[in-house]
Amino acid sequence: MTTVAAQITPLDAAPPASRQRWIERLAGLGFAAPAFILLVLTNLAPLAALAFLSFTNYELGALDFSFVGLKNFGTALQDPVIRRSVTNTLLYVAIVVPGGVLISLLVAILIHRRKRTRALYEVIYFLPVTSTLIAMATMWQFMLHPTLGLINQALKSLGFAEAAFLSEPRLVIPTLAAIGIWQLVGFNMVLFLAGLSAIPRDLYEAVDIDGASHPIDRFLKVTWPMLGPTTMFVTVTTFITAFKIFDTVAVMTRGGPGGASEVLLYAIYLEGFQYFHMSYAATLTLVFLAFTLVFSVLQTFILDRRVHY
Amino acid sequence: MRISATIARPPAPVAVRMRRLVSLALVHAVLISGAVFMLLPFVFMLTSAIKPPGEIFEATFRLWPRQFYGWQNFDSALNTAPLLRFLFNGLVVCGGILVVQLLVAIPCAYALAKLSFPGRPILFSLVLLGLCIPVQAPSLPLYIAFAELGILNTYLSMMLPFFLSVFAIFLFRQFFKSYPDEIIQAARLDGVGEFEIVWRIVVPSAWPAIAAFSIFSVVAHWNDLYWPLIVVSDTKLATPPLGMMYFADSELGSNYGALAAGATIITAPLVVAFLIARRHFIAGITMTGIK
Repeated sequence: MTTVAAQITPLDAAPPASRQRWIERLAGLGFAAPAFILLVLTNLAPLAALAFLSFTNYELGALDFSFVGLKNFGTALQDPVIRRSVTNTLLYVAIVVPGGVLISLLVAILIHRRKRTRALYEVIYFLPVTSTLIAMATMWQFMLHPTLGLINQALKSLGFAEAAFLSEPRLVIPTLAAIGIWQLVGFNMVLFLAGLSAIPRDLYEAVDIDGASHPIDRFLKVTWPMLGPTTMFVTVTTFITAFKIFDTVAVMTRGGPGGASEVLLYAIYLEGFQYFHMSYAATLTLVFLAFTLVFSVLQTFILDRRVHY
Repeated sequence: MRISATIARPPAPVAVRMRRLVSLALVHAVLISGAVFMLLPFVFMLTSAIKPPGEIFEATFRLWPRQFYGWQNFDSALNTAPLLRFLFNGLVVCGGILVVQLLVAIPCAYALAKLSFPGRPILFSLVLLGLCIPVQAPSLPLYIAFAELGILNTYLSMMLPFFLSVFAIFLFRQFFKSYPDEIIQAARLDGVGEFEIVWRIVVPSAWPAIAAFSIFSVVAHWNDLYWPLIVVSDTKLATPPLGMMYFADSELGSNYGALAAGATIITAPLVVAFLIARRHFIAGITMTGIK
């Protein structure tokens, strides 16, 4: 390559290797500088500040603050609101992760084989992903109205008892979880569909020859093992999304009834941006980070292996 | 596939064909009942938006109202809340974020993929570290800083935390890495500067990745409630989700028809964009695979 170029261009015009290296260094630094500065300003410095704040008793607008060591962490451990929030968040995650992964896997497998109706089903199941959750949450709230709502009227006409989905403490998290699943099934389905179309057809034929042509055999012997990496990735992203539940709580329940739907991110929002207990909210954010970190690291690791062109 | 199989093989016995038919019916029964659940709030929203107040909570659900009340509902929605202003704000915020994200991430990704410069491994490690941090984590210190700088309640405050997308850098770096080095070398020997190489030569080839990221970014920020809720208290600056929340909280929140009409207006732009560019949306999600 270089010899060809040297023949075409006059020798003195071709930049010597050392000069090219300098250009690369300067260009590299120049290209990376804006990103690096923004990374420090909007990510790294705030994280350092977060850790710093969690050891103080700073409140917004206060002129003075002092170090209190681990007091905030101790308070968080004793705080009934935080305990409830963590339990509720984990309960929500425990419903949304298996529900959101398995339902979307089932839908993807059923849609994958369809020819004429595939596009239609794809659009319908994906619709909630693009719609503004706040607007749709308001609609869910109408439909779940304890006496007048569509869903309770349907239950009544089928002979079931009415349920106060959003004002009954035991029902509120499962109800929010159902809406959470409704919102992310389409997203996971698209990822599973991509995984399914990557499975070579001859694998199924090989299993057919072995005599295992029953759909369940085919699923257990080919689909499930071949989808392993996709399932792993979908599970991890679903966990992270579910752990960040905020919108539906903020619009539909505000933590109620009686704290039954208080979740971690909503608690952080209240402490930090409504009560302005900055140091305490910083501590809670670190707790939130600790919960998600394992899964975020896992997600980044898989992304690093998965995205190749 | 199915057609060719039936032609090639001898006709299947009636029992086998029946079983196939039953399983096909079962598959569609499952898919359709799921689809009803997915569409339920949309159908409810659209029908409520054209119903008079008395009909919305009637015991029997009707798709079409006895009395068409759509004009009144949309009229009162548009007159009591600045819905079009919310959409405009959403456009400004999403557009501003996306433009800066691309301008910052593309050169950085190119440098990480193709240039050797001091600090490159450290920078890439920081990008990976950034991928592990949820956007909600830095919000508290950023809020304090913005309050000190006096830039709360501005478009800038809604956009600034998202100007850097480590995910964009990560995605574009992967894409650029597979770009042939020979072409870049040849361009250099022709005296093309690095700046031009990025924007004129490499970027046009990365169009699928840029489209995928753009869809991901716009969907995420159009629907984001958390950050706008924190930094904006001025109704005039509200993005669509925040505006919807104000609307539902106002005394108009009990006018269900108008609220459904408002929800329709807020939801329409992205849903319509999705229906038009369905393939791009789905390809984009498949490529980025992250929320």
